[in-house]
Amino acid sequence: MASITLNRIVKTYDDGFTAVKGVDLDIADGEFVILVGPSGCGKSTLLRMIVGLEDISDGELKIDDEVVNDKAPKDRNLAMVFQNYALYPHLTVYENIAFPMRLKSSDLDDKEIDERVRKASKLLELDEHLERKPANLSGGQRQRVAMGRAIVRNASAFLFDEPLSNLDAKLRGQMRTEIARLQRSLGITTVYVTHDQTEAMTLGDRVAVLRRGELQQVASPRGLYDQPVNLFVAGFIGSPPMNFLSGTVDGDMLRLPIADVPLDDRLRAAVEGRDLVIVGIRPDAFEDADATERDLVGGVTAELDIEMTEWLGEVLYAYVPYDTDETVKDKLSELDRDLDGESLRTELVVALDAMSAIRAGDAARLWFSPDSLHLFDPESGVNLTRDETKAEKLEEDARAARKRALERAKERQAKEQQRA
Amino acid sequence: MRAMTWPQRITWIVIIAVVLVWSLFPVFSIAMTSFKTPAGLFSGTLLPEEWTLDNYATILAPGGSAQDLFLPALRNSIGISLIATFIAVVLATLCAYAIARLDFPGKRIILTTALAVSVFPIVSIVTPLFNLWRVVGLYDTWLGLIIPYLSLTLPISIWTLAAFFRQIPWELEQAAQVDGATPFEAFRKTVVPLAAPGVFTTAIIAFFIAWNDFVYGISLTSTDAARPVPAALSFFTGASQFEEPTGAISAAAIVVTIPIVIVVVIFQRRIVSGLTQGAVKG
Repeated sequence: MASITLNRIVKTYDDGFTAVKGVDLDIADGEFVILVGPSGCGKSTLLRMIVGLEDISDGELKIDDEVVNDKAPKDRNLAMVFQNYALYPHLTVYENIAFPMRLKSSDLDDKEIDERVRKASKLLELDEHLERKPANLSGGQRQRVAMGRAIVRNASAFLFDEPLSNLDAKLRGQMRTEIARLQRSLGITTVYVTHDQTEAMTLGDRVAVLRRGELQQVASPRGLYDQPVNLFVAGFIGSPPMNFLSGTVDGDMLRLPIADVPLDDRLRAAVEGRDLVIVGIRPDAFEDADATERDLVGGVTAELDIEMTEWLGEVLYAYVPYDTDETVKDKLSELDRDLDGESLRTELVVALDAMSAIRAGDAARLWFSPDSLHLFDPESGVNLTRDETKAEKLEEDARAARKRALERAKERQAKEQQRA
Repeated sequence: MRAMTWPQRITWIVIIAVVLVWSLFPVFSIAMTSFKTPAGLFSGTLLPEEWTLDNYATILAPGGSAQDLFLPALRNSIGISLIATFIAVVLATLCAYAIARLDFPGKRIILTTALAVSVFPIVSIVTPLFNLWRVVGLYDTWLGLIIPYLSLTLPISIWTLAAFFRQIPWELEQAAQVDGATPFEAFRKTVVPLAAPGVFTTAIIAFFIAWNDFVYGISLTSTDAARPVPAALSFFTGASQFEEPTGAISAAAIVVTIPIVIVVVIFQRRIVSGLTQGAVKG
């Protein structure tokens, strides 16, 4: 077990392209950290630098206070699960798992090796497959073998490089829970790269969002969702993504394409001197004013034409086209490109109660609270409404939750040892 | 695979039969000739009318008239071909591994040069080589043949092996390194077992090329010291000047085919492709 410290890490390739531009990140012992971002944001490069498969151009990488920049991968004692599993096809499952312990650097005898392989295979339910070759295994089984190979090492940390992206949707969900359970029970430091935000939100103690090689924000999943630092993080986290509208300040009113919102103290402080802001609203901030049982005081109600609806059983998505202001259009389409999107038209996505009677073509009365609005600077993209105290509170809660989980894991381990 | 219909099956059987007859009939014919008596050579029948082992005795048995021509040549051929194959495979393995794995300037040049060398006609360089070898003292030596054989076997070995190495996922080596292996250990434990079929295939091809060469063999040698079998065969003579050495040549041809058959049979099981299946999802 170990902590990992990244100190202004830079990766510049031989052709001059800088993939990672000075990333600072402290990963505490036992923490589960996710590196997330759209394709080409440098997340995989960063992971490969931690494990030692890419050279570090500049900056300092420490594992447990020891600088490891120039150490070979084998001397870093990290275990990695590759995107395509990288199982050794000429070896059986048993030998695949035993591989790290059969190397020169390991001085375990056959009995100890056998014990560890059996323990890992039991944990991962691979017992009946031990004598098979990887070619005869299903995707999920291969994935588990790759994890087995990582576990037996007693490595300082686990590194995962998009381990679930080759699995189909159902299996992905199951393996996701499996990885979370494993990490919690082993309590081992884990860095996990993904572009899937469901994985990012559900697995991580903390999530680091990267954009074009730069770290945007590191926070707990709740912190990212509620208190994003900028437009990019706000747009990246959440599915369906946050809606972005232009907001023109007109006296004590904020005029949006869909409604006029009276400025309250929070919003007034945020706009301060600006004529134009980008307004972000989460799809789930809306309520169907005619169907909800909530008390709709103090909010804003807008009459909107619903163009499309998607009913998914537990939620109803409604799509509302609107005209965006020319001045923020460029900024928003740039953001869209950053997020790998290609939206052709500007439309508002609204998540409503599945019981709502709204259908495509209806005119609906939608209600939202001004408290749910995020305001962003149209130039820099900085979140103007971010509440530092609230954000700090969320992080503290997350830290406390993680501490509890680790303590529980230790207790469980102690109990198991007593029994054994 | 989809089950074949009857007409398809029959077509295939016919094609296979034609190919087998086409390629094996000459071998069979030579084998039969090798068992004929000098008088029976011109009988015009495929099978010998009178079976004899005299031709084999001529080239192999002590006191046989062609024995002192054939046995040294056989020794030369085996020795020179094996050494040339071994050097070619070792060098080509290292070269192909670098080409497949590393990005270095001049990578393309190496590959195109290798290709250019292999298409270069042997006949056009054999005369200058003959003069050069006589000057530097390599004429009629093993080394004098191994070097030109390397120029024949290296290019094709590099190309085949580079193709093989490219198939092996690089992640395997990286995974091994992360698992705690030194770069050499990673190479030996992951790449070598997976590349083995490719290396054996290459070795067999290289061995054939060296084994079958005639032009260098006849031009760069003059005595028993280095003359390989294909060249030695042309020096066979009959018992008298009116007798053709066809029988002895046929027997020698059969004898030199045997090592090749043995090599292929031994390595055939190792030349199994599809070994990399299942390494990564695919």
